[in-house]
Order: sequence, then structure tokens, then C-alpha cells
Amino acid sequence: MTAIDLDYLVQPDRVHRSVYTDQSLFDLEMEHVFEKIWVYCGHESQVKKPGDYWTLQIGRQPMVMVRGQDMRIHVLYNRCPHRGVMLCGNQSGNTGKHFVCSYHAWSFNLDGKISAIPLAKGYEGTRLSFDDPQASMVPAARVDSYRGFVFASLSPTGPSLTEFLGDSKVAFDDICDRSPVGEVEAVPVCHRVMQRSNWKFFMENQLDSLHPSVTHQSTGVPARRIENRLKAEQGKAPLFFHYLSTFASSFDQWDSVQTVNFPNGHGILKAYMGLRPTDPDTVEYEALMKKAYGEEKAEEYLSRSIHHVLVYPYLSVQSPLQQLRCLRPIGPDRTLSEIWHFRLKGVPEAIYRRSLWYFNLVNSPATMINADDLENWTKGQQGLQSKGGEWVSFHRDFGRDTEADGVSYSNRGTSEVVMRNQFKAWKAYMQPVVAGAKA
Amino acid sequence: MQRNDVSQALGTGVVIEAIESMTGAESIAPEHVGRGRLPATGYVPSAIAVDPALQREVETLLCRQAAMLDAKAWAAWCGLFSNDGIYWMPATPDQTDWEAEASIFAEDAYLREVRMGRLQHPNAWSQAAAWATNHLVGNVMIESAASDRVEVYSRFQMMEMRRDDIRHFGGSYRHTLVREQGTLKIALQRVDLTNGQGLYEYVLQAWV
Repeated sequence: MTAIDLDYLVQPDRVHRSVYTDQSLFDLEMEHVFEKIWVYCGHESQVKKPGDYWTLQIGRQPMVMVRGQDMRIHVLYNRCPHRGVMLCGNQSGNTGKHFVCSYHAWSFNLDGKISAIPLAKGYEGTRLSFDDPQASMVPAARVDSYRGFVFASLSPTGPSLTEFLGDSKVAFDDICDRSPVGEVEAVPVCHRVMQRSNWKFFMENQLDSLHPSVTHQSTGVPARRIENRLKAEQGKAPLFFHYLSTFASSFDQWDSVQTVNFPNGHGILKAYMGLRPTDPDTVEYEALMKKAYGEEKAEEYLSRSIHHVLVYPYLSVQSPLQQLRCLRPIGPDRTLSEIWHFRLKGVPEAIYRRSLWYFNLVNSPATMINADDLENWTKGQQGLQSKGGEWVSFHRDFGRDTEADGVSYSNRGTSEVVMRNQFKAWKAYMQPVVAGAKA
Repeated sequence: MQRNDVSQALGTGVVIEAIESMTGAESIAPEHVGRGRLPATGYVPSAIAVDPALQREVETLLCRQAAMLDAKAWAAWCGLFSNDGIYWMPATPDQTDWEAEASIFAEDAYLREVRMGRLQHPNAWSQAAAWATNHLVGNVMIESAASDRVEVYSRFQMMEMRRDDIRHFGGSYRHTLVREQGTLKIALQRVDLTNGQGLYEYVLQAWV
């Protein structure tokens, strides 16, 4: 590998195209960022009973999240220590009291410890001892959870989960606080859509408020036409038309929606959709919230101005509608997105259905919104192969944001401070890696 | 080892004639559920004897629908539905309520109009890419037939070309058809995609 000059690749107002396309940079990201930081595994309600499991990828590592006999959640490398065969070959299921390898029947307890090996006498007097941790499934170095959302880190050292999340932990507070009992449950449907682009495209796009009225006008315009017709004919239109029509808001309207950009690349796009109509369902729901939390707290929870929260570098949480998209990078030009919805506990069915419409219309595999995003990112990735230019521009409103205590607030919603802030974090993650590679 | 040891080793052997015990494979308790979340048994339609004319009428409707989708004749396709007709593609086969489940498509006439508007909008950027589909419908079984209401089960296979990529989708349709002014209209089209929870290399932009 040739020497990497991070100061050249990432400049305050532009980045070099290779940060999206270069295989060796991608490999470093996987090894030194994704396989060290806290990575989202799933929600604890996905694994209710002992033996329930979901498989997932942390960086390049196949992992399995499983509920143990003691009801603790374990995150283990999905690998038999004998010959390396994956123990769980399915996305999810129940493995019973043990993981059993399909090749030679080595079996393991749900915490990963070796349980039995056929014809164990074959190992007497050899270098392989069953007390050796290498004879068991290897657990992730650290597992922790925040309000039911489970994360794992493959590095024994580093920031704690709450330190890593920093201000972005409001994503999970905002999801859960909107339930009068403070809890959610995962809807057991996980849509998986492949993005033919580097993971950074998605992360930038989520807080990019100049793109919606361009990219999504084909959906926003007809949605507004029908929303207006329904209002004229029937006096009202279901809220979900507004979900779609706001995408086609004017440039000036989008420019008024502020982004808040935190250290570590996390960020928030503030709210713009207006999710507090005065229909009977909402009134009933807000009354439940006030009963549970008191007037003041309930008001705080219901009026939090959030549209998206980004947990950099891989999570986009749409907390007011309880949806989450998690990136699993596969290659520099391939990124798997896993798309989840959560149900607020203790709320009227109508409140669940209201957010369900957004999930179905915007986040399903028949999305009328992301269809055009995916098209942009695919063409973006291909365009960056071009030698027609070396730089990706993030000049919009450069130097015109407000910074306080490491947090950047855009003074114009469309400021590219979002991308500048993400690359500041990326550079900070990569700096010690590159320094180490040089040494 | 000498060469003659090899011949010696190959000169002797064991023949497992009768299995003595099941301490091997049988000792592994089959307690795991390795087949994921999908139910082990799928939906098996009933099929009733019907007037061949009705069977032909239903099959023609299904084939015309396929042709309209492949021709991107969206307005004509929308016209196949009754006014309150629903197009629903559940995410999993066990789902039962189009309004209450995490779906792939869940659309009434208004939302179909939004989607059609999007597909026809000059700035639907993703529509700039060349794409086309080919639907085949078959295995058509009428499950119940009243004078104004017919329940139909069928299966479909769809090939999609988008730029240089080919994708395949297959599954079953369950149609509830109602007779309006002599014509069969779709009151509910339920589409269970066999690969509905599979990995999507790109999304679905139009109805299947």
C-alpha cells in the first residue's frame, strides 16, 4: 500500500474521491473502525427466549446475537473453533440449548462455552484442551445495551457505549420516551436492501436537506396533488400524504430546517413534518403520555425536534416514527442496509399505524422515496471512478456555521457542514491507523 | 511408513453392516429451529369445480393484468380495481391485515395514484434507466365463487431487466374479485412474494 496522506485526502471543504472507492482504505475502515467501535446488533425483543438468535455482521466478522439460558444476551463470533464453520447459517431462529456444528457436532452452550465433542478421546494428550478459550466460541470483547438496543465492540478497550454514542443517544431516548411505559418492541420484519455505493453516501444523504426536493419531487408532487384534492373534497387527508408531499418542499423551506452536528460524526436533522395533529387518536395518546410522565416531561418528549438522528458511521434512526436503518458495509461500492420498525408499548393502535405508513411508504423495499436515492448513490459511486475530477465538494456555507463546544449548528439547513463534520470524525478515526501503518 | 505398510493397511478393513447404536448422529438433539421465521407449511388453496366460462374469464383478467404491467399501462392497470380495491404485498406469508402490518406494498386507490404519478413524472430520476418486466401467471384455481364475488389463487413468475441487471421475483396471487356492472373488478390483490424477505439488490418501483 502506498502511504496515505489524510491531510491531502480530507480537507476542511473537500475530500478526495478515493475515500469512497479505494479498497485498501475500505479494508482499514473495517479493521480499525468498524471492528473496534460499538456496532449495533439488534433490539433485545428480537431474542425473547433462550436460544433465540439473530446473525449479523460487525465489520467483516460474522457474529450471532443470542439469548442465553440465564436470559443474558451474548454476542459471539459465528464460528466453530474446530474447523471454522459458521454455526448459524440462517438470519434468525432458535438454536435450542446449544449451538451444534453441522460438520462434526461440536456443541456449545449459549454463552459460547464448549459443551461436548464426539469421540473426545481423540483429543487426549494433544495440544487442544477443552479449558482453552480457543476451544469455545469466542465472545465479542464487549457487549452493552442502551434502553433495549444492543451493541457490541470487538475491541476490549476504547470508549464505553455511552461515550461512543455521546449526544446521539437521544435517538434511543426519543424512540422509547414516546411510549408511556418507556419501551418499544421490534417488529419482526427486517427489510434488507443493498446499496451499490460506499456507506458514506447514505450517511451524508440522511442529513442532506438540499436533495429531497430535487431527488424526490416525482413522489412529492403527486402526493401533494392528491393531499390537496382530499382536503378539498373531504376536509382532511391522512397524515401519510404529508410524509410524502413534504419531500417536495421548496428550497427555501428546506434551508430553514437546521442540522446539529456532534463530535464523532453524529448528527441530527431537526423535525419538519409536524406529527402532532389534533385528531382524537393523538389527543388520546398525548393524554396517556401526560398521565405517565406529567405535563412538563410529556411535553418535552412529544415536542423534541428530531427528524433523523445519525449514529456515525452506520446508523440512521428516525426516532419520532420509531424506525432504524443500519448499514453493514460489504465493500467500497457495496453496502447492505437493514431496515427495522419498532412498536411503542402502551399506545393506541392508531399511533402505531401512523408510523407504520411511513415505514411502508418510505422504508419498505417498494419505497417511493429511496428508489431515487439508490439511483443517485449508484450513479455517484460510478461517477467517482472518473478521472474527470479528483475532488468532492463540500463548500456550501463553509465557514458560516455556528460552533460551540465541538457542536456545529447549521445556520442554513442546506449547509454541507453535515459532510464536513462526518469527515472530521472519519479523519480522527483513521489518523492513528495511518500513523500506525507508517511506523 | 514403508510402502508395504500401505498395502497392509489397504488389505484390512471394517464393514459397518448393522448400525449398533445411535450414539453419533442421534445424540444430537434436534431441538433447534433452523429454518428461520417462515412457517413450515405454506398456504394450500382449495379448488372448486366451476363453470369453464368463469374460469376463462378469471384467467383472462389475470393475463390482461400481467400484460398491462409489462406494457407499463399504469392507468389501465389501476382501472382493473374496484373503487375501494386494495393492492397488498405483505412482508411475510403469515400476515393477515393490510393496514396493520409491516408490508412491502399497502396501497388503496389514492396511493396507487401517487405511485402512478411518480412513475409518469418527467423527473422520476430512477425511471430514466431502461427497465422492463415479463410476468407469467398460471396454476389458476378458483377457491370460491358466488354470483358477485370470486376468490382466486394463482402463481406468477416475473423477470425484470434494469440496465444490465436481471432479477427474478415469483410467488402467489390471491385475488378477491367482485362483479360490478357485469365486469369482474379487483377488490383485493394479495401478492405473496416468495423472495419478499430476500435481499433486494434494488427496490421495486412498480406493482408486481
